[in-house]
Amino acid sequence: MARVILETRGLTKHYGGVHALEDADFILHEGEHVAVVGDNGAGKSTFVRQVTAVEQRSAGEIFFDGQQVAFSGPLEAREAGIETVFQTLALADDLDVPSNLFLGRELFRWRFGPFSWLDRKTMRDRTMEALKTTAVKIPNVDNPIRNMSGGQRQCVSIARTAAFASKLVIMDEPTAALGVQETAQVENIIRGLKERGIPMILISHNLRQVFDLVDRIVVFRRGRIVASLRKEETDGNDIVSYITGVKGGEVNA
Amino acid sequence: MTQATHGLGGLRYDPAKRNRAPEWNVLGALVLIVLVFELLNRMNGTSFLFNMRDTGGLFNQARLDIIVLQVAITGIIALGVTQVIILGGIDLSSGSVVGATAMIVMSFAQTELVNGNPNPKAIFGAWAMDLPVIVPIAVGLACGLAAGLINGLLVAYTKIPPFIATLGMMVSARGVAKWWSNGQPVSFPTETYGSLANGDILGTLTFGLVSWPGQNPAVVFAVLALLFQIAMIRTLYGKRCYAIGSNEAAARMSGINVDRHKVLVYAIAGMLAAVAAILLTSKNLTAQAGMGVMYELDAIAMAVIGGVSLAGGRGSIIGTVLGAMIFSTIISGFTSIRLDAYYQEMVKGAIIVGAVVLDQWRQRKRMRG
Ligand SMILES: Nc1ncnc2c1ncn2[C@@H]1O[C@H](COP(=O)(O)OP(=O)(O)OP(=O)(O)O)[C@@H](O)[C@H]1O
Ligand SMILES: [Mg+2]
Repeated sequence: MARVILETRGLTKHYGGVHALEDADFILHEGEHVAVVGDNGAGKSTFVRQVTAVEQRSAGEIFFDGQQVAFSGPLEAREAGIETVFQTLALADDLDVPSNLFLGRELFRWRFGPFSWLDRKTMRDRTMEALKTTAVKIPNVDNPIRNMSGGQRQCVSIARTAAFASKLVIMDEPTAALGVQETAQVENIIRGLKERGIPMILISHNLRQVFDLVDRIVVFRRGRIVASLRKEETDGNDIVSYITGVKGGEVNA
Repeated sequence: MTQATHGLGGLRYDPAKRNRAPEWNVLGALVLIVLVFELLNRMNGTSFLFNMRDTGGLFNQARLDIIVLQVAITGIIALGVTQVIILGGIDLSSGSVVGATAMIVMSFAQTELVNGNPNPKAIFGAWAMDLPVIVPIAVGLACGLAAGLINGLLVAYTKIPPFIATLGMMVSARGVAKWWSNGQPVSFPTETYGSLANGDILGTLTFGLVSWPGQNPAVVFAVLALLFQIAMIRTLYGKRCYAIGSNEAAARMSGINVDRHKVLVYAIAGMLAAVAAILLTSKNLTAQAGMGVMYELDAIAMAVIGGVSLAGGRGSIIGTVLGAMIFSTIISGFTSIRLDAYYQEMVKGAIIVGAVVLDQWRQRKRMRG
């Protein structure tokens, strides 16, 4: 079996009395694409927020790329090589496309602390390249993204992730707001990542998409992982019965 | 360059019809207001903008001077307030910080002998008399920095709304100003200190038909405006301000140290208020506990008139400079048509409310698309 890229042991998150995530044991191998599915409120996004250190977990261990990690924040997770499309879009509406792509990792001409001089030209050029490789179409990258459609904004977010992808990509419902054509485009981006050998966690409610794209499916129910099934050994009905609780004890992922 | 190919779903895009920068609208408003006052003046046989006497230049130089000078000092405060508002915050404390800083600064700028007698308003002993001018300047900047840091730390780390945090500072700093010398004015600065705001380092500048006597406060305002315009547009500092004001959660997720940046921006705003206090005391040759009352509202009004959105994320330093000019032009305009001072205050209040209504209206229009 390939090397393990991400592993969580007993990952747990409580919001006050809400047990949003309990004792999640999860494994992702190199080059592997895994889908995370489950009902609304099952804890999928909570899982992502713990792995990416947007929030600090209540308990549990995370191993990434061969080492135990305790990221202090999303920047550290990203610097370690985890690129994420969050469910609530992490975009700044009043900034243009290049600024959003490079938000938090700007390129500079001269470094001078907080007053470092931005290298706007290079950032713009790289943005155009990134949009080209992802086939995302944006009318004018210099406009604030506020005026763009939900789908276009989502595409910016996905282009950002794909462009900077290195060791692991996580996408939380990337196609939820997209039309048919744009969904197909995003699925192509995901296939591209697969070809590049970049492992991915895809959170989606769309089972057709899940079966099209990934190798393995992990089912969350009420904050717990209740199933981890290779695509070949399951089907849509099987997954649905785990999601709804018809089937399922606890399984190690 | 056409980018017709770049329409999602094949939409065509016409670069020529790109959104115009909102600053042009503000400039347009400024021109319109000048025209209105010119017209009102002409009805009385006078002119707002032009020189009606046989001697002197084309323009009414005294009026231009007043428009610029009147706005320079509050304009400097507005530069800081603009950055705070773009960041998604608000600073209600700047006027009081001016007051407190003025009192403290002046105490370090005093001269020992006034007409051969000991300074009647002396705050400290002989050790604090006739200090080099750099001392009061440094003390002043330190005061502004301290006030700004407290604002920033409160906003960033206690998570209380900026409105409340800076309201507290507004009240407390005014208290400091009154306590400092039991409400007595602090006066008689050294000659060098007095020349800070009353001199003109550039001499008289002439641009074609307009000549400008180059008063120092206006020079400082212009230089600072330019510096911060560049910082906001070209450096990481500005990018972070817009990102945080636009979507704080996104900025956080992108790894920006939002809290630290807030402290930095509030600290800069505090220091700009201190610069205003230094210029104001130098100009008036005295400090009073009531200095700077309501300046925060003038500064906020200038920013909002200039297109800075109270919702954060939108606006610019250039916009605020134009907003400041509008503000000043309106006041000069009312004086020029001999509108009573009481009316002026009432109208000023209406302008502030009007600017905010306009901002709200712009936001709603944006939502409707
Ligand atoms: N900050 C929070 N405070 C309190 N409860 C929270 C918080 N964030 C999430 N929850 C709760 O945790 C549970 C899991 O939420 P989560 O967002 O992980 O669900 P999800 O599986 O991603 O659902 P969806 O498919 O709707 O996105 C929900 O019951 C939610 O209400
Ligand atoms: Mg979710």
